[in-house]
Amino acid sequence: MDGIADMGGTEGWGPAHPPRLDEPTFPEPWQGRAFALGWLSVELAGWNVDAFRHAVERLDRTDYFADGYFGRWLNAAELVLTDSALLAPSAIQARARNLRGETIEERPAPEPATRDFVPAAEGSLRTVDATPSFQVSDRVRARNIPPAGHTRLPRYARGHTGVVTLVQPASVLPDTNAHFKGENPQYVYSVRFDSHELWGQDTEPFTLTLDLFESYLEKAA
Amino acid sequence: MTTVEPPDRIPASLRTEALEQLLTERGLLDSNALDEVITNYETKVGPLNGAKVVAKAWTDPEYRRWLLDDSTAAIRELGFIGVQTEHVVVVENTETSHHVVVCTLCSCYPWQLLGLPPSWYKDPIYRARIVKEPRKVLSEMGLELAEDVHITVHDSSSEVRWLVLPERPAGTENFSEDQLVALITREAMVGVAKVAAP
Repeated sequence: MDGIADMGGTEGWGPAHPPRLDEPTFPEPWQGRAFALGWLSVELAGWNVDAFRHAVERLDRTDYFADGYFGRWLNAAELVLTDSALLAPSAIQARARNLRGETIEERPAPEPATRDFVPAAEGSLRTVDATPSFQVSDRVRARNIPPAGHTRLPRYARGHTGVVTLVQPASVLPDTNAHFKGENPQYVYSVRFDSHELWGQDTEPFTLTLDLFESYLEKAA
Repeated sequence: MTTVEPPDRIPASLRTEALEQLLTERGLLDSNALDEVITNYETKVGPLNGAKVVAKAWTDPEYRRWLLDDSTAAIRELGFIGVQTEHVVVVENTETSHHVVVCTLCSCYPWQLLGLPPSWYKDPIYRARIVKEPRKVLSEMGLELAEDVHITVHDSSSEVRWLVLPERPAGTENFSEDQLVALITREAMVGVAKVAAP
């Protein structure tokens, strides 16, 4: 989806800094709980990892950035639970305000509308009967598809040409799985792009690889 | 999606507590299950696992070859294949070739090998810029690479996970695997730092 989550190559973020080497997993206690709640909400709602990633992408700018990575987990958990009618809209906000001493009326919980999504197997890797459409050394172009929903084809690669370096195992297609429209497993290809192909002649010389699903690619001359 | 912002944003810690309370009241949440998830990622899943893989590769040439040829199988042997680490490709940093890993679309990361991602990995600065000006970003992060070192950036856009096998530092020829493990950082296994000589 063309939103704030698709960040590769975007401008205006400022300089990077040396990493802090002793950072704990959850610097603040709520962050561990938000992480676990995100995880358990996906289970409660009967969703999958792709649908959860899409929930994160659907957050508005404030909900995406204001409380960092674990804030995204919390806000996406809320979206999963309200979409599944396990929570009334604004239920968290009303309860939080009551917790800090206000008196807010809380709407009753709605009738749940959870998914009965059942994956074909654990995880994302699948076996498919078809043979891979592309081979190592093939020149391929990332299709220029403006996606309506979830995709794992970043904006910055669309329309650009690279070379297949590895044929990876077949995997559930996030574009349909995120919307509960089937797993459609496909081969994934590591594709090597030259930095000048992606960013023009003035850029640093380097190589970049992306792992792209078969339907994202077409043969290039 | 649009949300209506309250005039004062309620702290995330309070909203987390509210969510936990709402789910618990309705019998949807077992707080032990929550604690189990947290404890698992705080204590069992972390960069120590990746460091064990790297130290073994540094000390056992046959394992190193296996790791580079069939990374997933060699890592499974040590027990580190699982959630968010289903299929792994290990790439080796050398004097002339440097690999660095990112996820521009979210923050995909080999959890079973390195734990949950550190804040710099999740930062828009890193996600946006490392795919466009890696040499500059690495320099800002404290890693200066010589002009003749070729950089390859791996953007983790599928469930494939990438792990960097860093260069073994000089002066560690007589180190045991355990001594080596203690030197290896998650930053080196993502490719934004080198393993410092002891």
